[in-house]
Amino acid sequence: MSAPQPLPTLEITALEKRFGDTQVLRSIDLKVANGELVFVIGPSGSGKSTMLRCCNRLEEPTSGAIHVNGKPMLGITRRDLDRMRLQVGMVFQGFFLYPHLSVLKNVTLAQRKALKRPAAEADARALEMLDKVGLKHKASAMPGELSGGQQQRVAIARALALDPKVMLFDEPTSALDPELVGSVLKVMRDLREGGMTMIVVSHEMQFAREAADRVVFMDGGVIVEQGTPSEIFGNPRSERLRAFLSRVSGEAA
Amino acid sequence: MDFGNVFLNPDIIATYMPQMIRAVWVTIWISVLVVISGLALGAFLAGLRAYQKRWLAWPIVLFADLMRALPPLVLMLILFFGLPSLGVILSDWFVLYLVLTLVLAAFVEEIFWATLTSLPRGQWEAGAATGLSFNQVLVNVIFPQAVRTNIPQLVNRSLTISKMTAYGSVIGVKEIVSVAGSAQAFSGSATPLTMAAIAYLIIFFPAMLLSRYVENRFQYDH
Repeated sequence: MSAPQPLPTLEITALEKRFGDTQVLRSIDLKVANGELVFVIGPSGSGKSTMLRCCNRLEEPTSGAIHVNGKPMLGITRRDLDRMRLQVGMVFQGFFLYPHLSVLKNVTLAQRKALKRPAAEADARALEMLDKVGLKHKASAMPGELSGGQQQRVAIARALALDPKVMLFDEPTSALDPELVGSVLKVMRDLREGGMTMIVVSHEMQFAREAADRVVFMDGGVIVEQGTPSEIFGNPRSERLRAFLSRVSGEAA
Repeated sequence: MDFGNVFLNPDIIATYMPQMIRAVWVTIWISVLVVISGLALGAFLAGLRAYQKRWLAWPIVLFADLMRALPPLVLMLILFFGLPSLGVILSDWFVLYLVLTLVLAAFVEEIFWATLTSLPRGQWEAGAATGLSFNQVLVNVIFPQAVRTNIPQLVNRSLTISKMTAYGSVIGVKEIVSVAGSAQAFSGSATPLTMAAIAYLIIFFPAMLLSRYVENRFQYDH
């Protein structure tokens, strides 16, 4: 008798996405285990952001299946989708904090309205999460008063406060000034050490080398190659990955 | 015939002051009712339109275009002098209230709709990604931002529509212009008209100061 396979935290099966005549994703299969950090790289237009956005259905898949802890994300009512989305935290390239609400209220809004947490509990949880990203002292500030890096860390706290099972990062540092990138990556590293399951779409190759369990290379809407960081960066098998890596390192130099 | 006697005759002022004070109140409470219900109805219609259902959007767009195209006075005359022929009799103040509310709602709907569609899509997505329902995003994320961005426009529209209560004079509402007009006809003096102008200033100057305060109060950095 073989040991039962542990349930993947996130499972993408035969995912397809078409925009009109353009096929953006074709037959994507990806399993992310509990506590795993999967890093997705690829040229722009490769479909990596679209794949990520399909995971919480900000983008509607054309076909395929997505499961979070064994529960389907597709073919469910909007009400069930809202509930499932609580388990999938998302961090955007553009932060998208609510500019009319204080930092604290940004982090408590969904806790109160979607999770129905009492105000005091939501506040306590928010402060705990803000502390985790090093911004407890900014709780009463307005988003407009924060730097980009700080805003992104608040956005991470906003997602974490809902106790998600998996966190999606969609180019979380691409809109940041270089000197602010480090603070966001540090928070992500802490999260990983805390055992959070994460999928990260990013161009921070150095971070991928250090922190990723697995690196997935996408091009033309398919997963071309995947493996450990040392396999992907040290020993790329496909021509497309080699070309991509040399382009990227060319830019970095 | 000196200037003061024509435009500010003390005897005429004393005679018509009580009527004028009542007229000021009529203007104020109709204006307040119109602004409250017009803003609420306009916001509600924009919210409905956000659901992007054709059968909802179509009538709303038609309503907004009609109400913005037709002069309010025409609508009032039709409702007040036309409808009784069909056996529907509406009181003068109600016709004034109804027409101005609908016109304000039409403009407010368009103002809100423009903002709802121009806010970054990420605001909707950030809300949805945290498990908020469409309604919750609309109420807690989108509308508060739309209100803040549009306060100057909303205030301007509200002041403009309040001054349109003067149209009530045509259908017999005893508001400021109506009372001043008949007083002028009875007395043959221009003084009641001066009183009307001053009455409007007394009402709308504080309203404008208040609106400045509100505009500053709700500004925020992006």
